Amino acid sequence: MAVEREGGLGLGTLGRLGMAPQPMSHESIVKAPRTRAADKVVESVCPYCAVGCGQLVYVKDKTIIDIEGNPNSPINEGTLCPKGAATYQYVVNPHRVKTVRYRAPHSDHWEDRPLEWAMDRIAKLIQETREKTFLERSADGKLVNQTQGIATLGGATMDNEENYLIKKLFNGGLGVVSIENQARI
Amino acid sequence: MIEAYQRVMNVESPPAPKTPKGFFTDTSLCIGCKACEVACKQWNQLPADGYRLSGDSYDNTGRFSATTWRHVEFVEQAKANSRRDGQRWLMMSDVCKHCANAACLEACPTGSLIRTEYGTVYVQQDICNGCGFCVPACPFGVIDRAPKHGTFEPGTAHKCTLCYDRLRDDMTPACAKACPTASIQFGDVEELQARARRRLGELRTRGESRAQLYGMPENEEAREVGPLHAFFLLLDKPAVYNLPEVPRLPRKSMAQRYAWSGAVAIGAAVLSALVFGRRG
Amino acid sequence: MQDLANADAILIMGSNMAEAHPVGFRWPMKAKEKGATLIHVDPHFSRTSACCDLYVPTRAGTDIAFLGGLINYVLSNDLWFKDYVVAYTNASSIVSDQYRDTEDLDGMFSGFDASTHKYDNSSWVYQGPAMEGPEDAASHSGHGQEGTSPAKHQPDRDETLQHPRCVFQILKRHYARYTPEMVERICGVPQDLFLRVAETLTKNSGRERTTAICYAVGWTQQSYGPQIIRAAGILQLLLGNMGRPGGGIMALRGHASIQGSTDVPTLFDLLPGYLPQPASFKDDQTLESYLKGATVKGGYWNNLPKFMVSMLKAWYGEAARKDNQFGYDWLGKITGDHSHIATAAAMADGKVSGFIVFGQNPAAGSPHASLQRKALKQLDWMVAIDLYETETAAFWYAGPERPNPSDIKTEVFLIPTAAPAEKDGTFTNTQRLLQFHDKAVDPPGDARSDLWFVYHLGRRLKDLYRDSTRPRDQGLLNLTWDYLPDRPGPEFRIQDEPSAEKVLKEINGRTVSDGKLLKDFEHLKADGSTACGVWIYCGVFPEEGKNKARNRTPTPDNYVSPEWGFAWPANRRILYNRASADPAGKPWSERKKYIYWDAAKKRWTGPDVPDFPQTKAPDTPAKPEGHGMELHSGADPFSLKPDGRGWLFAPSGLKDGPLPTFYEPLESPVTNLLYDQQSSPAVNRVPRKDNPFSPPGDPRFPYVATTYRVTEQYLSGVMSRWVPWLSELMPEMFAEISPELAAERGVKNGEWIVVSSVRKEIECRALVTRRVHPLAVDGRTIHVVGLPIHFGYKGLVKGAMVNDLVALSEEPNVYIQEDKAFTCNVRRGRLS
Repeated sequence: MAVEREGGLGLGTLGRLGMAPQPMSHESIVKAPRTRAADKVVESVCPYCAVGCGQLVYVKDKTIIDIEGNPNSPINEGTLCPKGAATYQYVVNPHRVKTVRYRAPHSDHWEDRPLEWAMDRIAKLIQETREKTFLERSADGKLVNQTQGIATLGGATMDNEENYLIKKLFNGGLGVVSIENQARI
Repeated sequence: MIEAYQRVMNVESPPAPKTPKGFFTDTSLCIGCKACEVACKQWNQLPADGYRLSGDSYDNTGRFSATTWRHVEFVEQAKANSRRDGQRWLMMSDVCKHCANAACLEACPTGSLIRTEYGTVYVQQDICNGCGFCVPACPFGVIDRAPKHGTFEPGTAHKCTLCYDRLRDDMTPACAKACPTASIQFGDVEELQARARRRLGELRTRGESRAQLYGMPENEEAREVGPLHAFFLLLDKPAVYNLPEVPRLPRKSMAQRYAWSGAVAIGAAVLSALVFGRRG
Repeated sequence: MQDLANADAILIMGSNMAEAHPVGFRWPMKAKEKGATLIHVDPHFSRTSACCDLYVPTRAGTDIAFLGGLINYVLSNDLWFKDYVVAYTNASSIVSDQYRDTEDLDGMFSGFDASTHKYDNSSWVYQGPAMEGPEDAASHSGHGQEGTSPAKHQPDRDETLQHPRCVFQILKRHYARYTPEMVERICGVPQDLFLRVAETLTKNSGRERTTAICYAVGWTQQSYGPQIIRAAGILQLLLGNMGRPGGGIMALRGHASIQGSTDVPTLFDLLPGYLPQPASFKDDQTLESYLKGATVKGGYWNNLPKFMVSMLKAWYGEAARKDNQFGYDWLGKITGDHSHIATAAAMADGKVSGFIVFGQNPAAGSPHASLQRKALKQLDWMVAIDLYETETAAFWYAGPERPNPSDIKTEVFLIPTAAPAEKDGTFTNTQRLLQFHDKAVDPPGDARSDLWFVYHLGRRLKDLYRDSTRPRDQGLLNLTWDYLPDRPGPEFRIQDEPSAEKVLKEINGRTVSDGKLLKDFEHLKADGSTACGVWIYCGVFPEEGKNKARNRTPTPDNYVSPEWGFAWPANRRILYNRASADPAGKPWSERKKYIYWDAAKKRWTGPDVPDFPQTKAPDTPAKPEGHGMELHSGADPFSLKPDGRGWLFAPSGLKDGPLPTFYEPLESPVTNLLYDQQSSPAVNRVPRKDNPFSPPGDPRFPYVATTYRVTEQYLSGVMSRWVPWLSELMPEMFAEISPELAAERGVKNGEWIVVSSVRKEIECRALVTRRVHPLAVDGRTIHVVGLPIHFGYKGLVKGAMVNDLVALSEEPNVYIQEDKAFTCNVRRGRLS
């Protein structure tokens, strides 16, 4: 198959053996995909658009080492688009926020705060705002048990279970009515 | 002689040859999504090359580099009239051709560039000394050296490995696996060639009169570099895709270079083995 | 979506499918390889256009003119599928003599109140015996679900379709003026191109062949998006393509679980499973009056009381009893429009104190983004929950307005959250498929799942209100809130993560007495004996240890993949699939065989779950005196409709008209050639000083701007502009303009330009390309400016936000803004 050519010397001589593989370093001899060493392979779904491509997440030492398409999925059959193919870098990325960042009123900078502190503070703010803005009855006397002082936004990138608890807590528990997500935009 | 060479070069006998593997990239199925570019970077953990809007259609990659081993080309065609007669937007995912007569491999004085048991051309990073001879040798502009002061494998030469590591576990190369529309097909070269011939026939029947294959053994472009193990179905002339009509081996300059490389190559390789040792 | 491979023709319109859904686009590509014709009708030649057999450039915002033209072509050339249309649609139903069409009122329907800009739709009803039902005909429907609201009458019918007030004749008259000439004048589509589309669709529809239509937000983000989808529905019903393999209308939704967040709605006007949110402006004061108002007599929605009571039982547990209306009073009732857009306007006026944002980015990604940023500055506190610092989280120190932090009072929290690979949970994809994703690793540092955030926030709030005896707090105190796992996974660091499967089981539902999981929604009861969080998802977890969203069994012999995930309702993959058989239950053709009646076994069968009572024979007569499904015959395939028929004419459920009608976009360089009425009369323009619109033909803004996605970026960029591999591929904001417009404005490729609307100016690079076509619209040239949506002021790559140019507006049914067509201007240079 190889086309003969003149003038080869040295390594070219070996090359002229045609397609024969050439001697290689030990590192090359033992080359193997890193996924071979994975502790587990977890089945996941792409976080981007609504096509719902199946993904395989390879984990070693509690760290993700590779994310690629799941060949079993009848939707994508192992393929991915560039965003899906970049899921690894979306998840394993030095720019991710890893601590609670807090900005006090009128402050010009972020501060790191403990998660538990932030959760307590947010719960307290919700309570205070709800107390200030709660409406039991509308102007025409109808029972409404609502507050318009608090709004939530988001959900289309999140799990059904998360959306379910948002609606249940904020509307069924607190009376928040402005619960909205990306379906409007 | 070979054993002595292997000892000196600190190399071992290769695995037994397997059926040659390659890519058939059918541009008539390409949707220009660039999943191949990203899947390649993901698997090979290659950094981004920078953030620059080229203004050249949707091609902001521009060219191959030490850290870009797949590159999707975009070619816009249309007459200047208001109806835009003949409008097409051609897309093609370009890659190392893994030539049967690989100029890069021939130019490599250290034995870093080798033919693998899959018939592919592979740069061994632990052997490459960064001399760069391979870079101008490639008629396709595929191979490149990583910047000396970068974070990624500084100074050595890089290009598509056809996912040499994945092949060892019978895994499809990352780009071909990701490709949503099977524009990039991976497999045994001879089988892919048969498939490509069939596909060309189909497209011609459908009226794609300008469709042609690029890199097949019988084609003009195989005259010097041999059949391409990564070959293409194009919807227009190769030049439209920035592919050389007849890719050349750099004979003249090569002949001169071999004059000294014949003397120096093994010396350089020995030096590299002694001085650089094995890079980890 | 896989079913698109069975289509003989595919019309992609209002969607840039190859770019926005590249993996979904595999199926049209497969259809093309099998010989199907792919057509893209779009204002901008994209990668989708490049892959289609036929690209048709059209003016943004004129889709109903084009689709109306197709409907008229089908009707006037007698190309409709007669057996299908007569049996399966409401073509023969006779409409009330009170109804007046746009033909009678020059672009308006009967019932319009000019002072409120609202329609009273009581004249848009069928003629026939009245059915008990609600006075209010507000839509229950969300996206992907259409027209579930009640009809007031059982229709009189004329199966000869000759009665002047039968739907068929009204339709013919309504669309008669949508001629190919008119399509050319309005859309700028040459007649020969239009006719090629019309011929392709009609030749590829009927017994033997089917055509599919794909759309996305190119349709929904207009001033009457649902009407455009309705127009496609009318076309598909006339051509007999609904409920059949390779047919139908495919909504290509844009987020991993945007379908889920509509089914399990984080939306103000819906409760789970498309139940209407109780409202003070309806007769919803008691559970009884709510149920009376919301329950439809005919069709499956007749079961609504079972769904509602079971949901209340799931939320309030033992505290939900018959004697307290199952806790109905504790639900927050809506008192008006609390949509995202209305809330943003209220926020800008200082009427909202606290704001919690989960994985969304209004400061860059919502319409009129500068107003959104202004609104955030009025808040007392804001919580942004995301993986990265978003434009929204950074509003107090960054952005085009260069805010001074010391002027801004808002207390801001940025809470780090988990990626899907770092948590358990289900997404519902664009084809109603629930898929579970397993947790692979813990999220880093203090990042937690949103489930963790909501659960632990709820736990704290319950604790803060622990001692309250006020009635208003009893809903919170009585919420069932027991989601910690029985045994946390030992391999994970985070041990107080709630169990997503526990939540999913509550969503699925149980029998209250023995706690057994429900197998399907047929078992739901309205007496409080069943608890079910989301009725349409019932069956996803039918028994302990059997999570069907986690089904991952490939079935290579059955392309509908029934063992992969769980498609609601009842694991049905194609809705209305009874229509794939003829009225007698036989396949319309062998080639398009799907669900059919097995006379020997006396049941419906096929590769999918039949969307029909399993054993109801095709010759079963309707029982006019019955209720629910009894009102439908064995040949009425549309089980969610009160009359069991596909609606060419919508006798209820829409607020802006029973038939799709062309109006110009809210901002347009031209006037409406079809009617005196320029734009849709029922749209809310959110009138306020900081939300101006340019008038029709405004010489200051002569060009049509349209927006779209590119493959390499995502939404406002939070999930892509921090990712180097994606950022390098599309690194900067640009506007695509034609060489003709570039010459007119003295702009060269790659130069900086300023794009302006009446609301704001942005700067970006010009990408000059012949892929943008100047359009000949009624004798003048209209230029298009194409703008990708993905940029902002945080991230590795930055750029101007197209949403700064967009107005606030609300389509009246679904509260979506119009951003796919508005007017703009272009000049060379930069913002000073």
